Amino acid sequence: MAQATHGGPAESGTRRDFLNLMTTSLAGFGALAVAWPMIHSLNPSKDVLALASVEVDLSAIEVGQAVTVKWRGKPVFIRRRTEEEIKQAEEVDLATLRDPQPDDVRVQKPEWLILVGVCTHLGCVPQGQKPAEPRGQYGGWFCPCHGSEYDTSGRIRRGPAPLNLEVPTYTFESDTLVKIG
Amino acid sequence: MAAPVFKNPVIRWIDHRLPIFSYLHHEAYEYPTPKNLSYWWNFGSLAGVMLMVMIATGLILAMQYTPHVDHAFNSVERIMRDVNYGWLLRYIHMNGASMFFIVVYIHIFRGLYYGSYKAPRELLWQLGVVIYLLMMATAFMGYVLPWGQMSFWGATVITNLFSAIPWVGDSIVTLLWGGFSVDNPTLNRLFVLHFLLPFVILAVVVLHIGALHRFGSNNPLGIDTKGPQDTIPFHPYYTVKDMFGLGVFFIFFAFWVFWAPNALGHPDNYIPANPLSTPEHIVPEWYYLPFYAILRSIPDKLMGVIAMGASIVILFFLPWLDRSPVRSGTFRPVFKWFFWILVFDCVILMFCGKYAPEAYWTPFTFEIVDAATFTERYAALAGLSHEAALNAVGEMWGVNFASGTFGIKIVRLGQLATIYYFAYFLIILPLLSIFETPKQVPLSISKPVLGGGRAAAHAAAKPMEKA
Repeated sequence: MAQATHGGPAESGTRRDFLNLMTTSLAGFGALAVAWPMIHSLNPSKDVLALASVEVDLSAIEVGQAVTVKWRGKPVFIRRRTEEEIKQAEEVDLATLRDPQPDDVRVQKPEWLILVGVCTHLGCVPQGQKPAEPRGQYGGWFCPCHGSEYDTSGRIRRGPAPLNLEVPTYTFESDTLVKIG
Repeated sequence: MAAPVFKNPVIRWIDHRLPIFSYLHHEAYEYPTPKNLSYWWNFGSLAGVMLMVMIATGLILAMQYTPHVDHAFNSVERIMRDVNYGWLLRYIHMNGASMFFIVVYIHIFRGLYYGSYKAPRELLWQLGVVIYLLMMATAFMGYVLPWGQMSFWGATVITNLFSAIPWVGDSIVTLLWGGFSVDNPTLNRLFVLHFLLPFVILAVVVLHIGALHRFGSNNPLGIDTKGPQDTIPFHPYYTVKDMFGLGVFFIFFAFWVFWAPNALGHPDNYIPANPLSTPEHIVPEWYYLPFYAILRSIPDKLMGVIAMGASIVILFFLPWLDRSPVRSGTFRPVFKWFFWILVFDCVILMFCGKYAPEAYWTPFTFEIVDAATFTERYAALAGLSHEAALNAVGEMWGVNFASGTFGIKIVRLGQLATIYYFAYFLIILPLLSIFETPKQVPLSISKPVLGGGRAAAHAAAKPMEKA
């Protein structure tokens, strides 16, 4: 480099290299520091995050019936399972499952199955809540978009979805009142 | 190139200080173009015109549109019913997207057949692929704006593609949405980006044309121009030819706008978005169908998304996958066949993307039969109970005989077509570059046209003060 001929230190331009490095990295960190607020402003805002939880009265739901409630803009499935459906869900050999989870970790009370009604493939709402809708081969839910099938515990059994239907956090306020979120 | 002398003194005054007129004269008037371009070379300028049509109508529509979940659907209906000529502008914009894609697809396949991606035009080709990617993103965002059922669920499915990314996928999706589902923040940002991206496309188009004018257009013979005897000036020869093609194309465009404005759309998008109910069939717009078929043909979520992305990314590498020194498919007897199979393959993929993956296509009766009906037919034919037929059909690979007809499961057909798509680029083209013996290419463009290279004075002399 040119400076070397100007009688600089033996390792030519050390000082200049250092200054260059410092200046460039300062500019780099500065750019990142400015970029982050911009990117983060696109993340959910406080009013979106502050979305209240939902309370659902379960007393009107008969055995075998299902209701859908909206929570955080998404549907939540509440199904009051029949004895047979519970048995089906409990007897499945876990080794055959794509996302192995025993039924009892997915429910607080075996009768009440509460799930986020969003297919884990690409986010469609699976069918199977209304009696007329298809429930797929495993008696749970069937996603019309790409054909994923869920069982009576909401576990993925067939189709492209990688994971079981998500279980939201919920607490039973009383025997007939559940608070989701 | 000597600078042109302009008669108008104002133009002369400006041009002396900012040589914009000289530049245009050079690039759009005297620009030497191969004299043998066919009508397949009209589609580049057609694409440029479509971009202008979309920007012009889009700007005016944006002045009437409200990007809010509570008002978006109604504001589009207001454009349709109350705004003066709103229906016309929206139908032009809506069908214009499809027209833009038709033109661009023909433009891309033209390039694939005539080897327009080969040296020294690799960067030109890659810039084209960038434009195509930007177009796909822009069209997707535009489709979300009317906030109908297909808008909402299309947006949900497409943004969820990013959730396939390991570890950070969910955070990325939340960032894209600005919430926990597709909602008002999502609509707002998609509107902004839909407004912005066409101008980004415009910028890349400028680069695309810049790269094009470095070496000039490829041509049906795929050989380089050897001198003025092989070229004619762009104006008036190709401006006129492009204008004629544009007229014919606008007749085609007008047919859709005035006689079948909704034929290419989906009726569900006239139902306001409902986050609690997914439509029976989510079908993307026709121009995405081949990629949707590739996505669905792979049963694993992440791999499906990767395959879909790879189907476009592979185009960036095309110039190095096809090593054959001969550009034009005209002189490649074996390549030609595989090329037309690829075109057909993309049509098959489009078809597979349109129908339910579990359904069957029966080639002999030419119908789409849903899985349940197909199983019943199978049960009747084979004399099986419903249960037994269900199991038998379920276990089969996907090709079945039922009710005397032969049926192929849509998802299997899509898988075969996906395999061919990738094989064309990754196996067939590299092997052809080694094993194919191309035909003799002509020595010059003039030779096959005029029977000799000497008729230079004929066409080239006009405004080309080469000397």
